[in-house]
Amino acid sequence: MFDFLNSGQYDVLGAFWVTVQLTLYSAVGSLIWGTALAGMRVSPVPLMRAFGTAYVNIVRNIPLTLLVLGCSLGLYQTLSITLGGGTSKEVGFRLAILGLIAYTGTFVCEAIRSGINTVPVGQAEAARALGLSFFQVLTLIVLPQAFRAVIAPLTNVLIALTKNTTVAATIGVAEAALLMKEMLENESDAIFAVFAVFALGFVLLTLPTGLLLGWVAKRVAVKR
Amino acid sequence: MKVFKAGAAAAVAAVLALTATACGGSSDKASSDGGASGGAKNKIVIGIKFDQPGLGLKTPDGKFTGFDVDVATYVAKELGYQPDQIEFKQAVSAERENLLANGDVKLVVATYTINDKRKAKVDFAGPYFLAHQDLLVRADDTSITKAEDLNKKKLCSVTGSTSAQNVKTKLAPEADLQEFPGYSECLTGLENKAVDALTTDDSILAGYAAQEKNKGKFKLAGLKLSNEPYGIGLKKGDTELQTKVNAALKKMVSDGSWQKAVDANFGPANYKAEPAPQITEGS
Repeated sequence: MFDFLNSGQYDVLGAFWVTVQLTLYSAVGSLIWGTALAGMRVSPVPLMRAFGTAYVNIVRNIPLTLLVLGCSLGLYQTLSITLGGGTSKEVGFRLAILGLIAYTGTFVCEAIRSGINTVPVGQAEAARALGLSFFQVLTLIVLPQAFRAVIAPLTNVLIALTKNTTVAATIGVAEAALLMKEMLENESDAIFAVFAVFALGFVLLTLPTGLLLGWVAKRVAVKR
Repeated sequence: MKVFKAGAAAAVAAVLALTATACGGSSDKASSDGGASGGAKNKIVIGIKFDQPGLGLKTPDGKFTGFDVDVATYVAKELGYQPDQIEFKQAVSAERENLLANGDVKLVVATYTINDKRKAKVDFAGPYFLAHQDLLVRADDTSITKAEDLNKKKLCSVTGSTSAQNVKTKLAPEADLQEFPGYSECLTGLENKAVDALTTDDSILAGYAAQEKNKGKFKLAGLKLSNEPYGIGLKKGDTELQTKVNAALKKMVSDGSWQKAVDANFGPANYKAEPAPQITEGS
């Protein structure tokens, strides 16, 4: 039943490796972009607050498929923006990461903002009283405590991101979902076995992530 | 808590009831669709593509057009079904074998290339058409004359399709292949010069080139990169139906309806279709 795995025709591990790479790059990118957005949303500058709010509310509500496809059809096919990639493989990979960061950043931002709300206002007031600037209050006092509170929600965002990388198949990034499509075309007599292989692959990717980071979240949480 | 428990029990009961009816519904359907003579309604369900202009296309007003549709209608007529007794069902490439095996459709007429792997799971009648893998290029492009030229080109095809795999493994392994979920996305890139060629069966390409909005923009390269004999898919082991469908196809060719359908669907694309192929499947 699973003999298609032994035919040597399909590089399942290679495809999942692309999935892992997509996830890691997008995770780092969206953590940075999401933190910046969260900073904007709590900043004292009205224009930045407005931008942060508008960005999060708009981008979060655009389907990811549209964002990623828009990156490829709009940026690459129409405007010829390649992000420095040469072949369409590289271009697709980079554009997919751009789309994933733009989308996942909004969820990271909201998670971190909820973490900021767990930090007692008194701490920020005390820091202000010591003469720290907004940026110092945020980076030295508030965010370190906020992050410790939101590891569990961020883990959920990371797991969702891992699964969302399958959307990159719509612009031809050769990750797991694309290989699955190829295998379904060829091995349509073993359609459920193919599904099972890829479902299992994603369980194996996300389950340890959840367990590990769940344990970390418990260890570092600030007990108030 | 009591309220919650009662609610949960009700929900479970509702789900069970739904599943039960769903099972009953599908088995009913299978039996009425599966039988050649059928039930009271006497309908035939045929799987076609809904998204391929020229072959099988569902138009916005709910009608079906294309060469596959014409063939399906003719064959159904020979089997004793009037056009209003035909129910067309979407058969995307990966699902065709299962639709037939489960009895969801009686016939599949959906750019279904006959090959040995598929014959292990389903039977074919026909072939009724011979297509070739080909390239669609911009109308003013003359730089591609053979398959090797593709190694330096940007190429577009549909994710996971046989044509895309052919390029990767056989025709031009070094070509810069971009895969999209549908051919329409490729056409955008082709028009904007982000890709140089779009590859799949020439019959499908001709359908796109012939569309009103694309007229004059693209042309077929005419390379004949592979042979794609289209067959009509049937449930495995149904030799009686296979014989009947083959007879219908022979009649369609001999009475000129076949040529008429080819001219009507592919004519505008200036596509030279192959003459009707010899029936090779079954008796």
